[in-house]
Amino acid sequence: MAELEVDVRGQTCPVPLVECRKAFKRAYPGDLVIVKGTHPASKKEIPMACEAMGLKVLEIEDKEGGKEWEIKIRR
Amino acid sequence: MGEKAVIVLHSGDMDKVYSALIIANGALAMGMEASIFFTFWGLMRLKKGELEKGPLSKMNMMGLGRQMIKKRMDKANVVSLERLMSDFKELGGKIIACEMTMEIMGITKEELRTEWVDEWGAVGTYIQEARDANITLFI
Repeated sequence: MAELEVDVRGQTCPVPLVECRKAFKRAYPGDLVIVKGTHPASKKEIPMACEAMGLKVLEIEDKEGGKEWEIKIRR
Repeated sequence: MGEKAVIVLHSGDMDKVYSALIIANGALAMGMEASIFFTFWGLMRLKKGELEKGPLSKMNMMGLGRQMIKKRMDKANVVSLERLMSDFKELGGKIIACEMTMEIMGITKEELRTEWVDEWGAVGTYIQEARDANITLFI
């Protein structure tokens, strides 16, 4: 099982969602995808996209006093 | 897969091309299929070197408003239309080019970015594409 990091800090709509989707395509089932970002809407929408695609969100964590977030997803 | 978004891009205005590509990329990112049917002024944006050239739909002011909005978009880190198009293609998005528009405007395939085009067609192609779509928009 591999870990893939998607760093979309500073990026705005629709890049965080799109980069996540690209990572899911690269990842194998069981791999961990870790997304780091700052765009507030994407923090809500990435889990929505994961649910729609049947992927499991393991953790959503705030960082840097709420300015950044990190989402862990199991492919 | 199975769910699908189909967009008719009739306008060649910069802001509307952004809307179409952002929505289509969003659909792909959320696990749907997505197609964009480029027609009329929208098809003009498929000409070589023209994707980024559209005016603003409102407050264009001979290009001044456009410049101002471009500057603000840069500041907000909004990606280019070229980047949105390459993401769209990478995620499996489909582009249909309207053949009737080509006839009306006297455009040949050589003038267009044919590497982006998956299908050439007219209204029947759009209807066939939209027949089983969950989302369809006219922009």
